Amino acid sequence: MSNDRTPAYTPDGLEDAFSGDALPGDGAAPAVLPRLGVAGWLRWAWRQLTSMRVALLLLMLLAVAAVPGSMFPQRPQSPADVAQYLLDHPASGPWLDRLGFFDVYTSAWFSAIYLLLFVSLVGCILPRAKVHLRALRARPPRTPRRFDRFPARGSAESSASPEDVVRAAERVLRGRGPLPMFRTEAREEAPGVWSVSAERGYLRETGNLVFHLALVGLLVSVATGQMLHFRGQVLLGEGRTFVNAQTDYDTFESGIAFQPESLDPFRLTLDRFTSRFDPVTLQSRDFLAEVTLDEPGAEPEATTIKVNHPLTAGGAKVYLQGNGYAPQVVVRDAAGEVAFAGAVPFLPQDEVYTSQGVIKVPDVSGGQEQIGLVGSLLPTAQQLTETIWRSVDPQPADPVLVLSVWSGDLGLDTGIPQNVYQLDDTGMEQAVDAQGDPVTLHLRPGETVELPDGLGTLAFEGVSRFVALDLRYDPALPFLLVFALLGIAGLCTSLFVPRRRVWVRAAVDDADPVRTVVTAGALARSDDVGLQDELDRVLGALPGPSRADPSSTSSPDSSSHGSAPRPPAPAEEAQR
Amino acid sequence: MTVGDLSTLFVWGSATALTIAFLAYTLALGRQAELASRAAAPEPAQVGAGGSSVALDVPAEADDMPTSDGSKASGIARATTLLGGLLLLAGIVARGVAAGRSPTANMYEFTLVGVLTAVAVLVFVERKRFIPFVGVIVLGISVLALAVALLVFFVRADSVQPALDSYWLVLHVGVAILATGVFTVAFAAALLQVLKDSRETGRSHLEQPWRRADGLRRALHRWRVTGPAFAWLRSVPSPRALEAQSFRLNAIGFVLWTFALVGGSIWAEHAWGRYWGWDPKEVGTFVAWVVYAAYLHARTTRGWSGRRAAYFVFWGYAAVIANFTVVNLIPNGLHSYSGL
Repeated sequence: MSNDRTPAYTPDGLEDAFSGDALPGDGAAPAVLPRLGVAGWLRWAWRQLTSMRVALLLLMLLAVAAVPGSMFPQRPQSPADVAQYLLDHPASGPWLDRLGFFDVYTSAWFSAIYLLLFVSLVGCILPRAKVHLRALRARPPRTPRRFDRFPARGSAESSASPEDVVRAAERVLRGRGPLPMFRTEAREEAPGVWSVSAERGYLRETGNLVFHLALVGLLVSVATGQMLHFRGQVLLGEGRTFVNAQTDYDTFESGIAFQPESLDPFRLTLDRFTSRFDPVTLQSRDFLAEVTLDEPGAEPEATTIKVNHPLTAGGAKVYLQGNGYAPQVVVRDAAGEVAFAGAVPFLPQDEVYTSQGVIKVPDVSGGQEQIGLVGSLLPTAQQLTETIWRSVDPQPADPVLVLSVWSGDLGLDTGIPQNVYQLDDTGMEQAVDAQGDPVTLHLRPGETVELPDGLGTLAFEGVSRFVALDLRYDPALPFLLVFALLGIAGLCTSLFVPRRRVWVRAAVDDADPVRTVVTAGALARSDDVGLQDELDRVLGALPGPSRADPSSTSSPDSSSHGSAPRPPAPAEEAQR
Repeated sequence: MTVGDLSTLFVWGSATALTIAFLAYTLALGRQAELASRAAAPEPAQVGAGGSSVALDVPAEADDMPTSDGSKASGIARATTLLGGLLLLAGIVARGVAAGRSPTANMYEFTLVGVLTAVAVLVFVERKRFIPFVGVIVLGISVLALAVALLVFFVRADSVQPALDSYWLVLHVGVAILATGVFTVAFAAALLQVLKDSRETGRSHLEQPWRRADGLRRALHRWRVTGPAFAWLRSVPSPRALEAQSFRLNAIGFVLWTFALVGGSIWAEHAWGRYWGWDPKEVGTFVAWVVYAAYLHARTTRGWSGRRAAYFVFWGYAAVIANFTVVNLIPNGLHSYSGL
């Protein structure tokens, strides 16, 4: 298992040709089996956890564990679907529920996988950072004696002295920019023998570390945001004003560290809402909410909220999440007193805005029964048969209100919270006609009808609009963005910056003392198609009348893309 | 004829051209196989039924076979691929003009642009070295995708609902399509790598007897990767070179995919008021991202590089394709924009 029980611990993933000065395959570590104490076992467990093998396993586990979340309904997204699933599957449902399949992403097993993964990541990254810091300060490794096992090699001849050749190579390698491309070191190895060793691409590992640390930053930011966030929904009719206080929200949820006092008490008024639909397909094309924002210490400001263009107010963002129609009605009781007057939001059910709602009239004058009106609003009504109506257009061209009438006790005084959009009919009785069929009222704007059983009258005055707003505050968002961008930058650097080592040696030819023989080799971390080209470029730029001879060879992996025709390669073992 | 109809016509034309290119690539592949088997030493002896195969690797399988046989088929393949790509580009541009927006709003358009990307990457990869197998795989997938797009995913060119009305429609969706196209070619390279590796090491599941269904195995025996049907594998680059090619493309694809993921989060924050909500599409994208991340790690892990790393590419590509097809057609996600 652990072949890495070498004296110096190398972090996993670094054990390639590049990690040491030696070439791959030079000396396998002897298998030593030390006695393991408790500390030894702990160290063993830690090394296992931080090994690449376990990281791989955890990554695959994470991928698999994420899948059930899109196969089963999830409580945070659709609690109603979960309840339905439990009803449909009485045998397996409760077990799935116990195992967390209806809330996968906060379940113990999913959390365990990603937390272990992050521990593994940190445990792997920190030692690598240490190694990298050392490498950043280190000098390029000394020139090896022989180049014949390197993936990229070259040779040339020159009439310049070995030192001049090496100095020229050093200049080419360092490049002309303000920052050197290669870090170089030239030395005289022996009288008449000079060499330069060069290394580039320190950014590759830097990018790798930045990417992984950015992932940790993302996780911490998400967690912080979860603790400090709040989110609330509110339904706001035209002309109505909403105050940013917890009590004014229809629904409100917040993280454990959220302080309700920290809510900025801005006021938001919906002045007008307009929508546009495609006349043929009836698909929505544009929604526009014109609002007035009144922040403390500032002049009221007229602004807009659109889909994709949320409004920022008091540090929170206000999203336009929905809209619908609210019929404006006036209900007079049997005594002729106004028992209810106002706009009641009806919730749209489909793309032609067939909307459903309830008008609850509890405040009738003394002794009479309370009234509940249940039914639909059809924005553009079309009558199919005597009793069947439908809406054919989402725009309110010909709105019709279709209602059934209930009377009795609305149950509002029991103290149990009620759904505003549903009628609790336990204490109610539906009005019927002489044949015993339920009474259905059809009204167009401006019409007034008598309610059955002498309950009073109902006037339909017109239709106004309402919007569903979603307010969200998450202070971690800028951090998330920064870490995400850092991550992408790190990823690009770690994948696309080549890490290369180049060595050039120049020696006086034994046979002809005015000739200098130049040999060179290069090594790269992982596959690098540009390695041979880089070496050829360096050799091509060396001084002297004799140009670089093209008898360079390269490994199979770079051969397929080399442009120059390749001379037959000597028997060369593939470096796998 | 409206501009939208013109676009559809172009796409049909492109599908036709790519089909011809696909056939030409197949012919070129067959011709290469023929050349390879003629050039090579005699095939290893046929193994009798139930006999354990000897891993008789043909040492003559060299990498430096002629890269392009210069036959008519390969010329036609290249030319029609290019023509198909240009027609598709024209179709996509016309589609964008007809709808008055960037043509990346529904499955039909996504498929068109994805196929264009794959074809473009194919043309780029094959500009120097003609590898018919990669062409066969990429064009096979492309023609199939275009047919499904035209026959199943097609919707009238139209403007979009408010949630899609954003410049992110170009950035997020465009980059996701690019990534899908790049992953497609990388997948073909990885598949070829595994086949070549199997042939070099004499690995075939069709050589060992199957316990239950040995009859089926014998029926499939002629399709074993070590047999003459795959003789053309001699002329493809070494597994290592293919692995390197696959990795380069996958690395680009992974960066694009990461960008699509981050861009999607930013857009979701603008449009839906949350940056991450485990919507089915988000889950699928996440799963594919994690699998490709695992692939990148596997490559640098001792004992997991090479052939095993290629298996990760298969899983990752499967996740990408499932994320596009299955997830889009399940109606209850926020990303259900197929318009079907």
